[in-house]
Formats: sequence, C-alpha cells, structure tokens
Amino acid sequence: MRVYLTAVRLSMRRYLAYRSSAVAGVFTNTVFGCIRAFVLIALWKQKPEINGWDLSDAVTYAFATQALIAPMGIFLASTDLGPRIRTGDVAVDLYRPVDFQAWWFSLDLGRALGAGVLRSLPPVLFGLLLFPVSLPLIPLRWIEFAVCCVIGYTVSFALRYAASLIAFWTMDERGVTSILVAASMFCSGMIIPLTIMPGLLGTVVTHTPWAAIVQMPISVLLGTQSGGFGYAVAFGCVWALGLLVLGRVLTEAARHKVVVQGG
Amino acid sequence: MTAEPIILAEKLTKIFTSRKKRTRTSFTAVDGIDLRIEPGELVGYIGPNGAGKSTTIKMLTGILTPTSGTLRVAGHEPQRERVRLARRIGVVFGQRTTLWWDLPLKDSFTLLQRLYKIPPDRFVANLAYYTEALDLGPFLDRPVRQLSLGQRMRGDITAALLHDPAVVYLDEPTIGLDVVSKHAVREFLSDLNRRSGTTILLTTHDIADIERLCSRVVAIDHGRVTYDGSLDALRADRDLETVVRELYLGRSLVDTTE
Amino acid sequence: MAELSPRPVDERPLSGPVAYLLLVRMWSKSASQYRVSLMLTSLAQLLTTSLDLIAIVVIYAQVQTIAGFTLPETLYLYGTTRLAFGLSDLVASGVENLATTIRLGNFDLVLIRPVSSLAQALADQFTPKRFGKLVAPLITLGWALDTLPVQWTVLKILVCIGTVVSGFVIYCALWVLTGCISFIAVDAQEVSNSFTYGSEFATEYPLQIFGRPLGLALTFVLPVAFVTWQPSLYVLGHADPFGLPGFLRFASPFAAAVLSAVAALAWRGCVRRYRSTGS
Repeated sequence: MRVYLTAVRLSMRRYLAYRSSAVAGVFTNTVFGCIRAFVLIALWKQKPEINGWDLSDAVTYAFATQALIAPMGIFLASTDLGPRIRTGDVAVDLYRPVDFQAWWFSLDLGRALGAGVLRSLPPVLFGLLLFPVSLPLIPLRWIEFAVCCVIGYTVSFALRYAASLIAFWTMDERGVTSILVAASMFCSGMIIPLTIMPGLLGTVVTHTPWAAIVQMPISVLLGTQSGGFGYAVAFGCVWALGLLVLGRVLTEAARHKVVVQGG
Repeated sequence: MTAEPIILAEKLTKIFTSRKKRTRTSFTAVDGIDLRIEPGELVGYIGPNGAGKSTTIKMLTGILTPTSGTLRVAGHEPQRERVRLARRIGVVFGQRTTLWWDLPLKDSFTLLQRLYKIPPDRFVANLAYYTEALDLGPFLDRPVRQLSLGQRMRGDITAALLHDPAVVYLDEPTIGLDVVSKHAVREFLSDLNRRSGTTILLTTHDIADIERLCSRVVAIDHGRVTYDGSLDALRADRDLETVVRELYLGRSLVDTTE
Repeated sequence: MAELSPRPVDERPLSGPVAYLLLVRMWSKSASQYRVSLMLTSLAQLLTTSLDLIAIVVIYAQVQTIAGFTLPETLYLYGTTRLAFGLSDLVASGVENLATTIRLGNFDLVLIRPVSSLAQALADQFTPKRFGKLVAPLITLGWALDTLPVQWTVLKILVCIGTVVSGFVIYCALWVLTGCISFIAVDAQEVSNSFTYGSEFATEYPLQIFGRPLGLALTFVLPVAFVTWQPSLYVLGHADPFGLPGFLRFASPFAAAVLSAVAALAWRGCVRRYRSTGS
C-alpha cells in the first residue's frame, strides 16, 4: 500500500515541477472557457431556460468544465503507458512486484492531483469575477460534487488505461487513442452540455462512460442532475467497475502475450 | 595560389548574459581568441568540457553570433551570411544525426542534393566515391533508425561531404564507436584531407584521434587558447596522453560547465 | 572523385518555397511508413473538426437565431473560418514542434542548412493526416452556400473566395507568430494554442456574442474579425452590429498583408535573438 502512496506523491511532485507549462495551460483553459461561455450566453439569451438549466448554470458549466479538463485528462491520449509499450520499456514495469493496474492508477492519480492543484482554480475564479458564474453555497452539494469527481476520475483513468493496453496488440496506439480523444471531447460535454443535446443523440450520449467524468459532477454541483446524486453515483460506479475489470482482463491477456512472445 | 586563410578569427569573443532573479550575470565563454587556419589543414581542437570549444564551433558555423571580434570563414562572414556560408561547410555531430530517421539512407542524400544544389553529375560521382570509401553499399537502402552507430556515423560523414565543402567540422565523430569503426573513420578522414585538401577541424577527447590525424593542435581553456602549434612540438617526445592531461589540468580547481 | 570544387556556379541558395516543398515531400514519405496509424489519425482529425459543427447544429436545435444569425449563416461563418484554418494548419502547423526542437537543441541543425529557417520550421513533421481537417468545412460550406438566400453577384463571389484566401494568410501569420513564442519562453508553447485554435473557435460564431469591447479588440488588436466576420457581413447582407465603417468589409487582404509583415519581422527578430543567446 505504501508503494502506491509513494508513487502518487512522486508523480504529483513531478507534475508540480513544471509550473510554467501549467500556467500556460491555465491561460488556454481560461480563454476557451470564456469563448464557450459567450456562446452559451448567446444561446441562453434567446431561450432563457433549457432542460432545467438557466443562464448562470450554463456559464458556470463553461468554466467548471475547463477547470476539470486537466485533472480528468480529457486531452490525454493515454497515460505514459502507451508510449512505453511502443518502445518496449514496459517490460521493466511488468516485472515489478506490484499490481500493474494499481501502479498506473497511482501514477495517474498523482498527475491528476498536481493538475488539480495548479490548474483548477484560476478558470473558475476568472469566471466568478467577470461572468455570471454562481457556485452553490450548500456544503452538502460540494461533498456530493467531490464524490462524483472521484468516481468520474476513476472512470476516466479506467478508460484511458484500457485504451493504452491496445498498444500491446497494435504496436502503435496513437491512431486509436486520437479517435478516443475526439470521442471523449464530445461525449464528456466539453464542447457543449450534454443536457441540451436533442433526441436520440442526447439519450445515447448521456449514457456513455464519458458522461460520468465531467458532466455529472458539475450537474450534481449545480443541482440539476436528473435522478439526483444517487443516480450519478450508481451510474459512475457501474461504469468505473466495468472498465476497471476490463482493464484487468486486458492486463492479464497482455502479460500472457509478453511471456509467450518473450518481450 | 592565394595565401588567404580559410578560417581567420581575430579577438573573437562571446559573452553570455543571463537575467535571473533580477541579477545580471555574464559568462565569457570565448575570450578574444585569435585563430588562423590555412586551407588543407587538419586541426585538432581540444580542451576540457566547458572550455569554449562548442561555442567557438557554433560561431564558426554561423549558429551563434559573436559578441565582438572579427571572423571570416571560406570568404564569408558567418554572422551575416549564414545561408551562403552553409553551402561551403559541412558539420558532423558525433552525438546527433542530421539524417532522416524513418527513411532509407539514400533518401537523405537525395534531399541534400536538392537542398545544397549539387550539380547532378557531381552528386553521382561523389556518392559513388563515398559509398565505396566508407562501404555504404550494404545499407544504403535501410532506414536510418535501423542502422548501427558506426553505420550511421558513416552516413553522417557522407552527408556532410556530398556538396564538396571547403571546411568540415567534426564534433567527436568517433565517440561510442567500436575499435574497427574508429579506425575506419580515422583512415577515411586522413585520406580525405590528403586527396582533396578539404580543411578539417576536429574536436575530440580521444587521444588516438589526435595522434593519428592532427598535424596541428589548438587547445582552449576558460575561453582562451592555451596551445596552438604542431602535434610534435606539443608532445616533445613524451606520451601524448600525459601531455594533454597536464594541459587540461592547467585549469583552476573550479569546474565550469557550459 | 572528390576534389575541392570551385565556387558553386549557381550562387543563389535554394529558395524558401522550393525548400519547403522538398521537405514536405520527405515528411510525407516518412509519415506514410505508418499507414494504419495515419488513416486512423486522419479519421480522428475529421471527427474532431466535426465536433464544433455538431455543436452548432445542436445549439440551433434549440433556437432559430443566435445574435440575429440563422443556422445557414452561422454555418457559413464556420465553414469559411474552418476551411481557412484547416488550410493554414496543413501548411504552417509545423511551428508547433518548434518548442521541442529548441528544447532538444536541434534548432542548431536547422541553422547549418543553406535554407531558410522558417521554411524548415513550417515543414517540420508535416503529415498528410491534416487533410482530414478539410472535409467537414468543405461539406458544410457547400451546404451553406447552397441553402443561403443570398443574391450572388460577381463581387460577392470574389469576396467569398477572398475570405478563405485572406483568412488562410491571416492564420498562417498567426501560426508563425505563435511559433515565435517558443523562442522566448519554451514552456509557454501551450499559450500559442489559445491564439491559433482559440481564434478559429471564436470566429465560428457571430462576433457580437462577445460584446462590444471584446469584439473591437478582436478587430483591431488581434485582427481575427477579418478572417471571416467582416467580409461575411457583406456577403450575407447584415449590418455591422458594432457600427464600423463599410470599407472594413473589404479590408481582409490588407489585414492579411499587415499581419504577414509583422510575422516575418518577428520571426527574423527571434532567430537573431536565438543566434545571439544560443537558446
């Protein structure tokens, strides 16, 4: 257990060392948050209430999503795992006396925590100062939000982990993972809130695992999640568990393949 | 036959200033050196790490602009005429390749022919010569990423010579090579210098390189020339390695790194 | 045999554009070694560029007009700016790799070649997958042009073509300028993204959604309003919500020229600075 905690700590410290690139990232996040906010404002001005959301919900959403991009790793094609498989360095990792999946989880968690510390607050502060962002003052909501974030993060990790394992079979995971990034950008609600998507598209998109990563935690925070906190937790846990299990199955298959092939 | 040197540096100086934490520190990497190299010489350029070797080479090749002093290489001023000068020089980096990683070796050569505007018949003749002299035949068609270090180095050397440069700079060309490859490279360079009169400036830490190749040695330390003369005079009947070590240790106890 | 050759007969070095094309061809050849990966990433590019399109369509599923613009009109804005951006991305996005090149010390390798450093930087890591980014805007623009109730005159057609061309040049200049950021602060390269991708994103929508002060800034400080907004006001027959003079509708080529000059000067200055400081 201590091994994993150390991994988390070291990974987080490594991320925190790159402060200037984090600042650059925050700048980009804030700019995009603003643009998306303006677009949503224009929409909500035309139609003040959509699917239970009002203008301040939408604008808060725009900045909250930007705050979560970095920790949730939306734009990360894979963990460092993919490239390591491609170069063969992963052989070293497979021989370590630790659980493979848990190891990578710890590393990524450290990264996510570092990213959260450096990059999550500024976009939201910016939005609070200059836009009609309003965050709830009910402590319970924030606890629910935190729980959903943890679940959402786990789903995100499980997805990316399973996807990078594909590299064991295709030797070049970049093609597959770039399609995955495109899908995650859309289905997580980064571009526009899933709640305003119409008809069949809306139904499908709100049931993919990506919905649990960004959309649900924020909806819970705003108090607009249909089915409430309970539904969000259940939905998230089901996907998280399913994907983690998939990850373990793939890990065993990969390990078997490596042993058989000899590296 | 003109007596104009191919490299002429007078009071060449490079001072780096950095502004960190509001204090301004300046570091003199090269301190007013004079250097005169005639066409056709094969010069060894030696010195401990941080002495100013790379900085000098970078100024000679036009990568860095001098802070003060005059510099003329092959009839051009590197500072003002980077592109024109580039056609007349070749550079080989021991630790980095200039070749195209994913493509066959000969593709890199074809590209260089176009980039340097080498006349087609000249290119064909040169390529045939180097293929034979450096034994490139077996791996001309292989992607550079699949080549061994020795093969890649031979490719890099060819790449630097295809356009018949007047001056060739080699930065640690034998580093990491096995004994056979080192010998091959040395023989080739010696032969090249003798046959074509190409001026060669070689930086190296390998004593055997100096011994085999250089008739003249220039040593630099703390940005200043500490020795400039013939190899024989430097050695003066002693063991070369001892002499060089003493030369290097002539520096102060403070270790400077570039 | 290798003899010391006389001074080269053809004194002029290889021109920038020719060098650029040669390098692009080498990079394409390099990229096509990984065929499957290339196809998949092309598909991914197609998908990613379609996401903004889907977003616009979804938004218009809720309302009929946004800031006074109908769906075909906004898709015209989207199509023109995305197409101009996609073309500039195709040609100039090599500068995105400048930060890595400098950090690894490989810009020195650029400087020892008898070829323009800008040409080499623009061509860096060229890959045919970028063509995938042109599909969505081309189709959308085609649809929009077909659906729009515009009375096409010769002038309007010229302005429409000019929009994409000037937009392309403006974006290329932006790419070069953002590349220059890497010379000054290697870690700040991500900031470049907010100027290139951010400008593209911002110009997909009617500019007035940003309000007057920001809209004017995007016209006169960072002149992205000239990518499609200004000329499109003319083509679509809208009045300028900011009340700016009419001649600005045709000022895109001028804005493109000015920005290009600024970019060229900036690049030259940055290379000079690199050669002076060595990093």
